[in-house]
Amino acid sequence: MSALTILFACLFYAATAMMVFGLGYKIYDYARTPAPLKIPTTPAPTTTTGVVFRIFREVVFFESLFKATKWTWIFGYVFHGALALVLLRHVRYFQEPVWTVVALIQPFGLYAAFGMVIGLGGLWARRFLVDRVRYISTLSDHLMLALLLAIGLTGIGMKFVAHTDIVAVKAFMQGLMTFNIQPMPEDPLLLAHLFLVACLMAIFPISKLLHIPGLFFSPSRNQADNPREHRYVSAWAAKLEQK
Amino acid sequence: MAAPKFEVPTLKEVSEVPRVQEGAMAHIQSFVANAPIQQAIGFPGELVENWEQKAIEKMGDLLGKYRSFKVYLDACVHCGACTDKCHYFLGTGDPNNMPVARQELVRKVYRRHFTFAGKYFPKLVGATDLTREVLDKWYTYYNQCSECRRCSVFCPYGIDTAEITMAAKEILDSIGYGQKYTNEIIGKVQRIGNNLGLPGPALEDTLEGLEEDIEADTGVKVRLPLDQKGAEVLLVTPSADFFSEPHVESLIGYAKVFHAAGVSWTLSSHASEAGNFGLFIGNYDTMRNIALRIREAALELGVKRIIVGECGHAWRVAYSFWNTLAGIGAGANDPFAVELQQQLDPRYPAPQHICEYTYDLLQRGVLKIDKSANDHRVITFHDSCNVARGSRMGDMPGGQFVIPREIIKMVANNYHDMEADTIHESTFCCGGGGGLLTDDLMELRVKGALPRMEALKRVVDGQQVNFMATICAICKAQFSKVLPYYGFDMSMVGGVHQLVSTAIQLKQEE
Repeated sequence: MSALTILFACLFYAATAMMVFGLGYKIYDYARTPAPLKIPTTPAPTTTTGVVFRIFREVVFFESLFKATKWTWIFGYVFHGALALVLLRHVRYFQEPVWTVVALIQPFGLYAAFGMVIGLGGLWARRFLVDRVRYISTLSDHLMLALLLAIGLTGIGMKFVAHTDIVAVKAFMQGLMTFNIQPMPEDPLLLAHLFLVACLMAIFPISKLLHIPGLFFSPSRNQADNPREHRYVSAWAAKLEQK
Repeated sequence: MAAPKFEVPTLKEVSEVPRVQEGAMAHIQSFVANAPIQQAIGFPGELVENWEQKAIEKMGDLLGKYRSFKVYLDACVHCGACTDKCHYFLGTGDPNNMPVARQELVRKVYRRHFTFAGKYFPKLVGATDLTREVLDKWYTYYNQCSECRRCSVFCPYGIDTAEITMAAKEILDSIGYGQKYTNEIIGKVQRIGNNLGLPGPALEDTLEGLEEDIEADTGVKVRLPLDQKGAEVLLVTPSADFFSEPHVESLIGYAKVFHAAGVSWTLSSHASEAGNFGLFIGNYDTMRNIALRIREAALELGVKRIIVGECGHAWRVAYSFWNTLAGIGAGANDPFAVELQQQLDPRYPAPQHICEYTYDLLQRGVLKIDKSANDHRVITFHDSCNVARGSRMGDMPGGQFVIPREIIKMVANNYHDMEADTIHESTFCCGGGGGLLTDDLMELRVKGALPRMEALKRVVDGQQVNFMATICAICKAQFSKVLPYYGFDMSMVGGVHQLVSTAIQLKQEE
């Protein structure tokens, strides 16, 4: 067992812990913070079922972004859709036997990597070309795009330029999951790819990746529009009535 | 109109998104509230000594009380979807008037004090300490947001800049850095019962005068009752309706509608104001105290129904918050709210908008209408932001767009909508909402009205529109003032019930 394998095993355990516990804490924190007033952006659904559909449309179609700007929607949608396929494709490294759906999307997932890169490229270009978006972009916005792009490019590199031993990669990943560490291939592209992914996982709960849980907790989207029919009082506001 | 001290934007055929012009509106400084104004509503009189520490403490407090504030500060990815959506950005080009940049003024400080990345890598994520310069920027630019929520329609995560603005104003108030206009009005409504500071006897005189005017005009004795115990309906309307033009025309319209329907109704001197500026400063207690006046008046007068007049933010507070704040609504099981909810007639929504009320009467044929009386008008409708994006009318989502338009079409023959991306939930703020309807912000108000004025110009030129109806006291006041800057007649704006008033045919009482 090489020192590098042990280092990467530790890295992945640490990154997973940071992502799971960090995100878990954030979700707990959002859930426990009250929303004292009914503030759905109207017109809004009047029932919980309607709210589920509204959030579904936001998650699956990026409905509001579509209304806002077509260019950002196109690049954002290509990137996120491609990323979803790529992630699904990678599920094969974590299971044996592999789900049918994961097996079926393998060829699509492969080309989706290019979609990711194109989407990210478009999103990044906006940060330079549109003066308004340039004004609001911070260093971390650029670094996030760089990180995702580098992950995509190193992944593509392993598939099309310098193959790595994916059977060994799978053994390493499955070993991590069963706390039975297996040696990993030490190709530079793989090391870079895995290191960057671990970084992405680690910064999840402390970066703008919080837009993912944020969407589900956004009161303007997740509240039903029924304030006249149901009295709605948060715990701290109810205390005012006891005075 | 005196010559403006600033350049009035020119109306373009096709609306354009301006180039970013840094600092274009940095000189705008709304008057700061003085000590008596601040102290009257429970805030420190002047900037407290340890303001930085107090502000951060207040921010922490709000982060624990408002999920919106917490989630919205975390969720933004700087995608830019909102950057061309704010009327103040479109009218001024000042980048801090882009919703994301406006939020960022608070978010930077939030990151610095409440997030891991901002504590340890401030430069990386653009985190800053709350310096005096940053604090002044807060004051400048959070008093350039009308809390209209247009950005929240387009944000992929529903981030509502109004929530951030309200939190920022609450922090500023809590350290003694409040805005004069809004806080002075809150003091008046709490002390006297309405935003204009009109005491009971003066109100009574005004209403009597209006009764005489209506009789002189129509030959019919239409009453505007005040503090009438046992009336069926309590009407709560913005106090501007009592003597501002064109607001008063709508008040006359409501009175005629009640008269024609034969329903007993009353105004209240204790709650002679539908407006609730507590919303604008995001202070729950203030908003609740103002709403409680309506509850007290309803209990005192023993009314069965509560109807709200033409006022945008008031309708948002009434529709969305009254049940929460003061138990005016339905579906409660706590003694506080049940007390009033048992008194109200469950067959009608509580509260009800005057447009919902009139629409129902029109549909049932209760009102006699002569549409041709409005034939001198070609009408369009300006959706007010708080009605459009913060409330509803009727049974279905979007009823707030349908009902006022249907009323107009039932009382007038000539109606045209403005362009689709400037109405309904995409409507543009008039430029004077959110506590910005003050002369010290005139430059902002004129420039912020640009997107609406451009859309209006196109129906004026294309469809010969000569009347813009709206159901908001602030919109009416703002447009009356701003229309002339763009070469329109100030009397082009008016209320929906002004149109009803023109067309309604009253029967002489036997």
